[in-house]
Amino acid sequence: MWVLLGIAVIVIGFMLRFNPLLVIVASAAVTGIAAGLDVQAIISAFGKAFNDARYVSIVWIVLPVIGMLEAFGLQERARGLISGLKGATTGRLLAGYLLMRQATAALGLTSVAGHPQTVRPLVAPMAEAAAEKQAGTLNDHQREEVKAFSAATDNVGLFFGEDIFLAIGSILLMKGLLEQYGIILEPFELSIWAIPTAIAAFLIHGFRLWLLDRRLNVQAASTTASDEAA
Amino acid sequence: MITLTWVYVLAGIAFAAFALFNLIDTANPRRFGNAAFWGLMAVSMWAGDWLGDFGNGLLVLALVAIAGFGGLGKTKADEVPDATKHQRAAKYGNGLFAIALIIPATALAGTLLFKQFPALFDVKQVTLISLALGVLLALAVGHVWLRAVPALPLSQGRRLMDSVGWAAILPQMLASLGAVFALAGVGDVVGGVIQQAIPAGSLAGAVVAFGLGMALFTMIMGNAFAAFPVMIAAIGMPLLIKQYDGDPAIICAIGMLAGFCGTLMTPMAANFNLVPAALLELKDENAVVKTQIATAVPLLVVNIALIYFLAFR
Repeated sequence: MWVLLGIAVIVIGFMLRFNPLLVIVASAAVTGIAAGLDVQAIISAFGKAFNDARYVSIVWIVLPVIGMLEAFGLQERARGLISGLKGATTGRLLAGYLLMRQATAALGLTSVAGHPQTVRPLVAPMAEAAAEKQAGTLNDHQREEVKAFSAATDNVGLFFGEDIFLAIGSILLMKGLLEQYGIILEPFELSIWAIPTAIAAFLIHGFRLWLLDRRLNVQAASTTASDEAA
Repeated sequence: MITLTWVYVLAGIAFAAFALFNLIDTANPRRFGNAAFWGLMAVSMWAGDWLGDFGNGLLVLALVAIAGFGGLGKTKADEVPDATKHQRAAKYGNGLFAIALIIPATALAGTLLFKQFPALFDVKQVTLISLALGVLLALAVGHVWLRAVPALPLSQGRRLMDSVGWAAILPQMLASLGAVFALAGVGDVVGGVIQQAIPAGSLAGAVVAFGLGMALFTMIMGNAFAAFPVMIAAIGMPLLIKQYDGDPAIICAIGMLAGFCGTLMTPMAANFNLVPAALLELKDENAVVKTQIATAVPLLVVNIALIYFLAFR
């Protein structure tokens, strides 16, 4: 039972807003000691897993390209493109991105888009430009909301698209785990059941994007009305 | 053969450059902290396979010590004025998108193409290898067409990297925590606790406990992969599959997606939730998590309902 102290450390550490890296190390130390492991074994297990997971950090090599393009005005160009398009709204733009992200992830292309690759340089500036067109002016709160929705849309698209692909990590994890219990399944039999949730995710998040559009449009209408009244 | 090792060498070069640009940057009061942090990441990329498990563990502790006690700062140097950016945007136009699209296009083409040459490329890693190739191509095109000096991508990349800061290594840290939890047998204990909490003889109760448990444990661990084996061992296998004769494919596939709903709702999943907040310069670092809750909760309900109605026909 004492090993559960590590989970308590995570929850309490987050509530007290300690730096998450410190919270994780404290949790690992408490858990390991509670399980009777010696300190060297805990540090070694930690180091091995950290080294094995280095591939997660490869994505940062795109930052120099993004930084270069931004210095040459990529965000400004992305905004300019959207302001020139008739009928482009934040909601429609993000719904289109959601569909594209789900479709490419379902083909296994999870790394072609993402927060450093596409959201920061392209999607968020475009969404912001569209919102400015809709609402007239944006206050700080709305600007944050539109940007946060851009990031959220990328996550929803990735999470509820990728499991349709046969060879993604989570499908292989399921297949391997079920084999340990003597149940043999083909990846296809698992991945096909990701489709109902993918459709539901598009409908639910798409509905929220439609609501976002409505909020932005209502504001535009009310500011125009007050202008006329004045 | 081209393997991930080559990509690690490239990533190490990028991190080493981020470290050097910080080292010489007197505008950043914490420049030595930043330089040491990214320098250690370069060491990890280059020499991780030779350091040994304990050596890697010490490296991680050093990273945590630097970041955890406020050793990282941000610079004001190298900012490009807005007027310059507008001017350049007008000059280069939509060609900028073409360069931005080189990375995904190369990742896509490389993934499909390189799989045909298993002798030359590690086929399991073709997407990451192609991504790295796309980065090099985009830099080359930028150098030729935009006449960007080689230092520009690195100094600008460094600014973006520093804005992400310590959150950049959180995913690797969570994987490591998962390894210690596995070694300590946390999963078995959690499973035992959950089994006692389910009302006996209720299929609906078991399905709800499975779906909610996946989401909650994912929120704590920041990763559905860590929650999945625990919940399958505790509820999925003994109750849903064995006792109630449910379809294992449906229970597993949709159960994992219930876990992904948890990923949307936790700051522990830093690379999805905290990193974009930093990259987009949001004032509230939890703004992305808060935005996602209203999508994640109804979707979790849908997932639990899908398991209940589809898996036990």
